[in-house]
Amino acid sequence: MKRDDFLKHVAWTGTGIAWSLSSSGLFDAQRALAAGSGISFVQISDSHIGFAHPENPDVAGTFQQTIDAINAMPVQPAFVVHTGDVTHLSKPAQFDTAKQILGTLKAPLVVLPGEHDVIGTPGSFFAAFGQSNAPKGWSSWDQGGVHFLSLVNVFNFEIDGKLGPEQLDFVEKDLAAQKSSTPIVVFAHVPLYALFPPWGWTTEDGSRVLAALRRFNAVTVLNGHIHQIVQHTDGNIRFATAASTAYPQPAPGTADKPGPLQVPQSRLLSVLGYRSVEIARNTAAITDHSLHK
Amino acid sequence: MSRLFTGLQIALLAVTLTAGANAAVPPLLPAVATVHIKDFKYRPPALTVHVGDRVTFVNDDDEAHTVTATDKSFDSEGLDTTGTWQHVFTKPGTYHYFCELHPYMKGTIVVLPAAPAE
Repeated sequence: MKRDDFLKHVAWTGTGIAWSLSSSGLFDAQRALAAGSGISFVQISDSHIGFAHPENPDVAGTFQQTIDAINAMPVQPAFVVHTGDVTHLSKPAQFDTAKQILGTLKAPLVVLPGEHDVIGTPGSFFAAFGQSNAPKGWSSWDQGGVHFLSLVNVFNFEIDGKLGPEQLDFVEKDLAAQKSSTPIVVFAHVPLYALFPPWGWTTEDGSRVLAALRRFNAVTVLNGHIHQIVQHTDGNIRFATAASTAYPQPAPGTADKPGPLQVPQSRLLSVLGYRSVEIARNTAAITDHSLHK
Repeated sequence: MSRLFTGLQIALLAVTLTAGANAAVPPLLPAVATVHIKDFKYRPPALTVHVGDRVTFVNDDDEAHTVTATDKSFDSEGLDTTGTWQHVFTKPGTYHYFCELHPYMKGTIVVLPAAPAE
């Protein structure tokens, strides 16, 4: 395991989540995977293709490094999910570059938009990454014994970063049809809970989704948007935001405002990276990998 | 209320067309007012101009922003750091705008009927 890797492993019990943190050893999730049940996938986020400022003058380069590292994983993930802000300014050339780099991935790809991908119109995003099973951007599917929900909380951004009533209805109906014992994994760009509202790091109508998730034994909610790893537990719901592949942002409240954070060049790769996730019944292992070698 | 093009405006139009063909970034035209975007705020947040007036928006922030009318009558789309965008207001009214990337950023432009000839 690389020096900057760390692995957080949780097991859901009747009363909540039991956490353990370790740097080595076999975990339930990994054992279950070896036994043929469960699933492993990778999350990447906030590649901001088109960003060209001193905080990272080569975001395409660090994005490609990320993809190369994933391609080099000894066991390929079932899929790679990009949790949004693929581009910096939704420009056609930025989508082209992103598609080119993502095209080198060996594993299947799922992409959901961030607010930077739908500036002006969501048309360019859908042209580049739209999926037939998600005509409106959101979708759900079952894979490896896990029920996945991929949500979009940036389309109604003008009203405050919302999912909107239509999507909320979809989520509630979709979850109502699932067994409480089924592990649930939710993807969305902006954090679904009030991580830091003064900087807009929240989803105003996210509480309806969280209410619908409470009856499940094991829920994992994975977001991007804030360019740093923050983990949070609320009952049986476990939240984790991901690092960016482009540039970091300040920790909540440690600066006057959010935005690109300048770190010494020698430290940049240590704060960029990707995340691997292994889920089996009632156990999950999240490992964040930095690009630093 | 029609206004004839002045010689200056025609000259500026020619400059714009020429520059549009040759350069990615059009030159800034004279504007009656400039709104600076700094520290996630439009400065000034409220501005009054007249029909036919051109307003310049400048992004002085480290973060990208947009200038987007809530009624979608104008939209800068993505303005990167140091990016500029200009808009000529052609109809009187009160225009509320916001940043698509940070929707809590809000501004207002009040457009009065054309100023009387000097």
